Amino acid sequence: MTAAAKIEVGEWRRVNKLTLVVNTLLTAGRALIPIGFALYSISDDGGATGIAALLFGLGGIALFALMIGGAWLSWYRMRYRIGENDVRLEQGIISRSARSVPYDRIQDVSLEQKLIPRILGLVEVKFETGAGGKDELTLSYVSEAEGERLRDTVREMAEGEGASPIDAAHRPLSASAPAAQQQGETLFAMGPKRLFIFGLFNFSLVVFAVLLGAMQQLEFLLPFDLWDYLSDWLRDGRIVEAGKAVSGYGLAAKIIAAIYALGVVIVVGMASGMVRTFVRDWEFRLDRTPKGFRRRRGLLTKTDVVMPVQRVQALVVKTGVIRRRFGWHGLSVISLAQDNGSSNHDIAPFATMAEIAPIAREAGFTLPDDSALWRRASSDYYFDRAILRAFFPATAALLAFVTGFVPVGLALAAVTMFIAAGEYFLWRFVRHALDPEQVISRRGWLAPSLRIANRVKLHSVEITQGPLARWRGYCTLRFGLAGGRLAFPGLGLEDAREMRSAALNSIAAVDFAKLPK
Amino acid sequence: MDTEPLTKLDPAYTTVMRIEGALTVLPFLIGAIALGVAGIFPEPWTWAPMAVPAIFAVLFIGLLPIKRFRSRGFHMSDDRVRVVKGVMFHADTVVPFSRVQHLDVEQGPLERAFGIARLILHTAGTHNASVTLPGLAHADAVAMREEIRAHVKRESL
Repeated sequence: MTAAAKIEVGEWRRVNKLTLVVNTLLTAGRALIPIGFALYSISDDGGATGIAALLFGLGGIALFALMIGGAWLSWYRMRYRIGENDVRLEQGIISRSARSVPYDRIQDVSLEQKLIPRILGLVEVKFETGAGGKDELTLSYVSEAEGERLRDTVREMAEGEGASPIDAAHRPLSASAPAAQQQGETLFAMGPKRLFIFGLFNFSLVVFAVLLGAMQQLEFLLPFDLWDYLSDWLRDGRIVEAGKAVSGYGLAAKIIAAIYALGVVIVVGMASGMVRTFVRDWEFRLDRTPKGFRRRRGLLTKTDVVMPVQRVQALVVKTGVIRRRFGWHGLSVISLAQDNGSSNHDIAPFATMAEIAPIAREAGFTLPDDSALWRRASSDYYFDRAILRAFFPATAALLAFVTGFVPVGLALAAVTMFIAAGEYFLWRFVRHALDPEQVISRRGWLAPSLRIANRVKLHSVEITQGPLARWRGYCTLRFGLAGGRLAFPGLGLEDAREMRSAALNSIAAVDFAKLPK
Repeated sequence: MDTEPLTKLDPAYTTVMRIEGALTVLPFLIGAIALGVAGIFPEPWTWAPMAVPAIFAVLFIGLLPIKRFRSRGFHMSDDRVRVVKGVMFHADTVVPFSRVQHLDVEQGPLERAFGIARLILHTAGTHNASVTLPGLAHADAVAMREEIRAHVKRESL
């Protein structure tokens, strides 16, 4: 297992020995909380004699030894092989499991480094098959150099295996200049400045939810009982005193206090968004290599993902209500492989349209321009939706007016108006288009998102109608897309049929086996 | 392509759906009889619970099988198959043969007794990953499978 060793095909290997350290640390970390609980309860009893403490210490040592032993056993019983036709992994201490993934099913190979493995120079190698999350083959952990070599070897084997005519056309190029082209050209990168702006838009109040949750979980650690304190505070009239104190401040002070509180919330929200952005997207870099798109990012957990361009099924361009005003958009791709549990891979999370267009072109898609023949959904659909959605607030508003709660009635009427206006704008802004190669969907009003799918890479077409839709003459058009969804609700029946037959003709013309893989 | 006449399913499919409906009603019937025998409800209403299985029987044995049978159908052209279904909620799905990953012909015990089968087409799409066409005569289902399979094979060569 020396780092310099070349990977032999068909040889059984074990993962790096340092995996022992990582696994022991991880198990110990997980055991820390229960041990803490145990310690706490012992000390709480007040009867922690010397013998009990000694026993507890011995128990702790025994437990730690057990962890190391277990980690060693599972390391010893785990082996993998890069074979002629597949990657194999055998693991399990008592009950063994053997997994084999054939090369032509491997969608991409990704490398991931969490904090502890990173310090030790280890990576986790994932062979993604598109089976979705759980069932992929994961090697944890091998040395960084070994990970790189594994990826290259597997990728070469995979290409040799599933050689379709289109792949073959590309191969001489990558074979003739392997080292120079390996790095590829950088399509997109985010420096600290861009990350900072991105962070500003990633306002998040998650930290408050986490604090509240932690307060409930860890309340027993506080030196006083929080809820008792709160109820005392209410019962003893301290809240009244506090209220008196506040009302004594005068209007200006009250406004300042409110602004201050709001300011704190905004600052904390922005700071936590900033931290999350920096941790996730630090040194974000997207390269175009001969093998596909290669994306590297991460501060504490570094990831390195390569996606073959041919595997991209559709593009998604998203934006936010505010960031859109400043011209910022995010590009992600839909493929069969998964990315951190989400099915879309971010390939340019925060970019201008001018930066996104060339990336989309590299992926084999063209962004729609002014010449696109945009079509709208049926106005009846949005009219019906507006009526259905506004029905309850409108009735409630009427009731409020009749019973004399005028301000409540006004508020509800405003809600009704907003819903109706929203549906009107949705009708105006949601649109779709069909060009010779692509199906395009543009959805949303304040934060529009764009989905572009390759017509040839669709798998089925369905038109559905509920009772209301049948009565009113509209329908929903759904395409079967590998790894994602593409639906057009509320289309006119004629429009949907036209789109369906156009798309079907392109699909039927190219066989699945001949699709670029 | 939306005007072509749909092929109807095998008439025995209605009978199968009726029997399935009867099986759905059965527990309710037993429950209602049990309530009646136990005499939970006062005198003139002792057998009132029987209304529930009676209504269900009309729905699941009488009405729905006919409606379902009428609303379902399919059409096979030389490169795609269209499956139509739905009494209240219509669905009209087209799967090109060139996107079929694999095919199943399935039969439950009831279906086997009446000689009908389900043809299931699997695609790689997330939506409509499998499209089921129930109520085909078993021989027809097998013939359709062979035809689609031959098509897939020919295209891939």
